[in-house]
Amino acid sequence: MSTTEDILITTNLNIGYKTKSEVTTIAKNLNLTLKQGKLIALIGANGVGKSTLLRTITGIQKPLEGAVFLNNKKISDYQPLELAKNLSIVLTEKLPPSNLTVFELVALGRQPYTNWIGTITNQDTTKVHEAMELTQISHLTTKKHYEISDGQLQKVLVARALAQDTPLIILDEPTTHLDLLHKVALFKLLKKLTQETNKCILFSTHDIDMAIQLSDEMIIMTPETVVQDEPCNFISKGTFNTIFKDEHIVFDSEKGKFVIV
Amino acid sequence: MTHRKRNLFLFSLLGLGLIALFFINISLGSITIPFKEVYSSLTGGQASKSTWEYIIINYRLPKAITAVLVGMGLSISGLLMQTLFRNPLAGPYVLGLSSGASLGVAFVILGAAFMPAFISSILLSSYGIVLASTLGSSFVLLAVLLISHRLRDTMAILIVGLMFGSFTSAIVGTLTYFSTAEQLQKFTFWSMGTLGNLSWTSITILSISVFIGLLLSLFSIKPLNALLLGENYARSLGLNFKKTRLIIILATSILAGSITAYAGPIAFIGLAVPHIAKLLFQTSNHSVLYWSTLLIGAGIMLICDVVSQMPGFDITLPINAITSLLGAPIVIWLLVRKRKMMG
Repeated sequence: MSTTEDILITTNLNIGYKTKSEVTTIAKNLNLTLKQGKLIALIGANGVGKSTLLRTITGIQKPLEGAVFLNNKKISDYQPLELAKNLSIVLTEKLPPSNLTVFELVALGRQPYTNWIGTITNQDTTKVHEAMELTQISHLTTKKHYEISDGQLQKVLVARALAQDTPLIILDEPTTHLDLLHKVALFKLLKKLTQETNKCILFSTHDIDMAIQLSDEMIIMTPETVVQDEPCNFISKGTFNTIFKDEHIVFDSEKGKFVIV
Repeated sequence: MTHRKRNLFLFSLLGLGLIALFFINISLGSITIPFKEVYSSLTGGQASKSTWEYIIINYRLPKAITAVLVGMGLSISGLLMQTLFRNPLAGPYVLGLSSGASLGVAFVILGAAFMPAFISSILLSSYGIVLASTLGSSFVLLAVLLISHRLRDTMAILIVGLMFGSFTSAIVGTLTYFSTAEQLQKFTFWSMGTLGNLSWTSITILSISVFIGLLLSLFSIKPLNALLLGENYARSLGLNFKKTRLIIILATSILAGSITAYAGPIAFIGLAVPHIAKLLFQTSNHSVLYWSTLLIGAGIMLICDVVSQMPGFDITLPINAITSLLGAPIVIWLLVRKRKMMG
């Protein structure tokens, strides 16, 4: 059913919320496949359920039906520590105030591998430095995390996920607070990481035109369906026009971006 | 690594300072005993006056040891709570843990009259007071934690802590109305806080409780560091959040509960000391903060004790007044400073 390249697959997954009295289904019958070395963008309008999908495939939220398999094992069967060695995340939430330096922050990514008191071994230090070099933040090592810019902090958080050394990294809207220059830089960084480390990276974003240009595959969420394909196929099928329910926003397949008419 | 050297220097300074303070604490009081005499009686030799030796062994040494235990325990429980609640203003006193402990003790001391004689005699023993006080503080911490889970807003948690404080003092006030003058006196003395008058048996019980609390805290260092990134990141790093939270609650209630039982509610040490450690070492790494908080906490408590005895005078001020005098300005200063640095 799956090949060795497949890192995460969902089988007939239904996502949503369950309370005592009612069940709210957000999306049904999702059969998604996340493969090694692929950069995959998750797009969809606000409120369509991107976060719910991410929460479900990271195991934070239980699926209503179906299952999520990470490396051929059900995500709900993972112990927290084992899961931490297979899946790392970058969130949108602000970090609580602290005196952490950039190095210490990235080094926290090594926690699943350290002993009971969290001693950083030489091997851990090497991994941390590797992650910092890949993300080009080595010059920030001794800076406190609140002293650097949003763009730099986002790279630091990616480095932390890299140091965690997992085959799959999931980022929730990593480009939200960044300007165009830093958005492009971050996208290119993610692209480079998938090529150089063969990791799979899934990220949600609202920067659809950039995602079209840089990602290998896309997952498009609309209230009706959730589909996964390569960006060029989506363009030829005209799927992008289904994202926004507004006649004034039209996808121009020549230019590869949305135009307002 | 210059940073490591700096830490090493600071740690040796603090260590030596603590030893010095310990001797100064024993030497000073209503009667000043020379250092040499203090040293010789502590190392098993003879002091030149037998009264001095008597004072040191039976009065000053137990008090100094209590001060060290109280300072260490309260400061560490403050450190744990500040990270757990992600709030720089958290501490055993502010969050109402001490009030909870007071409530427990008030029920035991003031409410003893309502119970059969044999039960009240058990409760009034030193074990009973420790147990009541620990139960009281863990009850309040659990309540605060349950509410904080719903509130999410950290400022609201502090207000809830304050409300618990008023709530418990109201109950204590009601209890005093029904109690005898003797019970009332006993409770009032307890609530003013004191480091002295502890028998060696009590000190042993207190040491064991503080030791257990500190050991549990030691096992929380790694999870606490993960929590610096917030709960969600900590979970993604493989942290079992429920287990960690339980251990931290247990550690802080044992520490704050047992200390409050013996020394009374002591304000501000748990709040202020972790901040002094964070400022001095410029770090949030709990494996550094743990040891520095221990040393600074013990040292500051010894200083407060020296001040409360008013060297050269015959009176002793309540320890709670001294820690508040010292701690309140520190807290105000912290509030005025930039929020970013704290945590």
